[in-house]
Amino acid sequence: MSFLDFAPAPESTGVLNLRKSYGLFINGEFVDGHGDSITTISPATEKPIAEIAHANSHDVGVAVSAARKAHDTVWSRMSGTDRGKYLFRIARLIQERAREFAVAETLDNGKPIRETRDVDIPLVAAWFFHYAGWADKLEWAGLGPNPRSLGVAGQIIPWNFPLMMLAWKVAPALAAGNTVVLKPAETTPLTALLFAEVCQQAGLPAGVVNIVPGLGEVAGAALVEHPGINKIAFTGSTAVGRHIARSLAGTDVALTLELGGKGANIVFDDAPIDEAIEGIVRGIYFNQGHVCCAGSRLLVQENVHDEVVDKLTRRISTLRMGDPLDKNTDIGAINSREQLDRISALVSQGEAEGGVRWSLDCEIPKAGFWFRPTVFTGVATSNTVAREEIFGPVLSVLSFRTADEAIAKANNTPYGLSAGIWTNTASRMLQVADELRAGVIWANTFNQFDPASPFGGYKESGYGREGGRHGLAAYLSAEGKR
Amino acid sequence: MTHLPIPKTYKLFIGGKFPRSESGRSYSVESPKGEFIAHAAQSSRKDARDAVVAARSAFGSWSRATAYNRGQVLYRIAEMLEGRTDQFVAELVRGGATEKAARTEVVAAIDSLVWHAGWTDKYAQVVGGANPVAGPFFNLTVPEPTGVVVAVADQTASPLLGLVAAVAPAITTGNAVVVIAHEAAPCASMSFAEVIATSDVPGGVVNILTGSPGELLPWLSSHADVNAIDLSGIAGELAVECERSAAETLMRVIRPGRFAASQPSFDRIGAFVETKTVWHTKSLA
Repeated sequence: MSFLDFAPAPESTGVLNLRKSYGLFINGEFVDGHGDSITTISPATEKPIAEIAHANSHDVGVAVSAARKAHDTVWSRMSGTDRGKYLFRIARLIQERAREFAVAETLDNGKPIRETRDVDIPLVAAWFFHYAGWADKLEWAGLGPNPRSLGVAGQIIPWNFPLMMLAWKVAPALAAGNTVVLKPAETTPLTALLFAEVCQQAGLPAGVVNIVPGLGEVAGAALVEHPGINKIAFTGSTAVGRHIARSLAGTDVALTLELGGKGANIVFDDAPIDEAIEGIVRGIYFNQGHVCCAGSRLLVQENVHDEVVDKLTRRISTLRMGDPLDKNTDIGAINSREQLDRISALVSQGEAEGGVRWSLDCEIPKAGFWFRPTVFTGVATSNTVAREEIFGPVLSVLSFRTADEAIAKANNTPYGLSAGIWTNTASRMLQVADELRAGVIWANTFNQFDPASPFGGYKESGYGREGGRHGLAAYLSAEGKR
Repeated sequence: MTHLPIPKTYKLFIGGKFPRSESGRSYSVESPKGEFIAHAAQSSRKDARDAVVAARSAFGSWSRATAYNRGQVLYRIAEMLEGRTDQFVAELVRGGATEKAARTEVVAAIDSLVWHAGWTDKYAQVVGGANPVAGPFFNLTVPEPTGVVVAVADQTASPLLGLVAAVAPAITTGNAVVVIAHEAAPCASMSFAEVIATSDVPGGVVNILTGSPGELLPWLSSHADVNAIDLSGIAGELAVECERSAAETLMRVIRPGRFAASQPSFDRIGAFVETKTVWHTKSLA
């Protein structure tokens, strides 16, 4: 055994009490779906977890009607105090069932239990706790003395942070008095359905939260095009975001979009290098790089380039890839075969275009979908791996000489979601933060999230903010107008 | 002594200069009674693209100008307009407005500019601030201008006020604007360009085109270097078509009917800002 060999320490799945099959959650009950059901699998083993009913457009219509009725007759009329109490109940139930949710999420998504246990689920509870407190304080949301809910919100979320994205969408919508129809991602419906059980346990009035798993082009499209929807909130790819914006043209449906990114993580020569290395790793290998705000482009000042790359690859060599349920695992499974194929294709293209590839030399489990943490050096700004969102554990390293060059390179992308700055010189950090065209900037840290902190993009990374007062306002209108 | 009047040639306003349309085209502007008033430049796709280039090059320094400075410049526009009130009233009357309505419109435009001038150094404080996150971070949210904004003045009424209502909220926070004037009554808009040109507004921050919104907007709403589009001034299928093509680059869109020109709106300022949140680490331990 070397010092890197640990005995296996798997988290028990005994805490789970899963059903063999899950229906749609509409009007407070699990019901059959009329789409073709699918079996959700664990991407780490390819073993089945449960059968999941899929919604077709009829089912989506039923869910929207239930949400409309709940909005008009119950939820929007309830006092903010009581709406808040329901959200506090949900927050507490999630805290109480936190380990169960963490295990279920890891099983269904493939991300390490260390992350679901310490990041995803605690943030889910925090999000509900934060917005619970907003429910009876809407007049401070910045929309005048008498803000109103928008109505029924259609919410479509991705597979990278399944329950966390649900919380980012559902908590502010409910606090503001809206009801929701939420479509989880095709590969990660499980925790949304467990959340439906939490809604039942909390005694949430029927129809306030409806969950309709299904295909994007079926259930997602039906939700976007449904005439009874007042708001669409989408997190996912820029291509789908464009499509949604186009199909809502000419309507009065409110829209917020959280889309792709190609975040620059900028390391100056006066940075605290050891902390920067940790931040780079956190920026691109957190959640297997399945992060829209990942620091996927590392911009290093030329005179420390070799030192940073050397320390970085040494640090990556200590990362442990494997069973996501093992408490010592740093890198879990890629979420789906489709995503693995996409990552592999982009990495091959990166090599073909002349990038120098380094990948962690580690064993890959026989079953499941895996990709070794990878670093490209010698990358030109025109290379595919410097331009396209890979959404995997792949870092592209570029160098720069001056702050102006770093800013120009960082902004040289149609995206504008996140960026990182590593320097111990405060004036330089403030200047660069001012010049970066990105919605979230981390200075001497990376990939921090908090319900009080607005999150969202510039340019083709979408519009609207989630988190804090800004995220609440996205579900409200001033009295008498939308 | 008699004086033979010298009619003004109405041209475009791009990058702080007054060019004719590169296409050489013009169209006649007539009063509602059918009397000839002037020839206005009929902007082409190329003029629209030139205006976007001018706006993009002006955006950097205007967005970095201090809020106090932007406020002074906006107030200066109001001052310049006030001093030429009678000229604008006359132009609006020639375009068909009653003397009373014309005066009301000019006064409203002046007051709107003063209102916006006051917002420049207050807006960020109202919508931004420090966020109490659960960790050792100073977390700060600030609004920043979106970039190059395309707007179209109200095509049905109030040619001057409609133009000011579209331009003022966008430049308050530091955006640069390409605006299409009221097609049938463009004279007051082009005279407003003279007000802009003498108000210390850097060249390119406000660019004014005359011509057909139906011809120009499809190009502008699909222009990859435009960040946002305000469709308040139009309606119908053209607006839907523009919103659809704006989706291709995920431009920020103000849909028709949301804002009225007669009522300056805080939300119209907010429609074209981006919210930036910066996490400053307090402790590396």
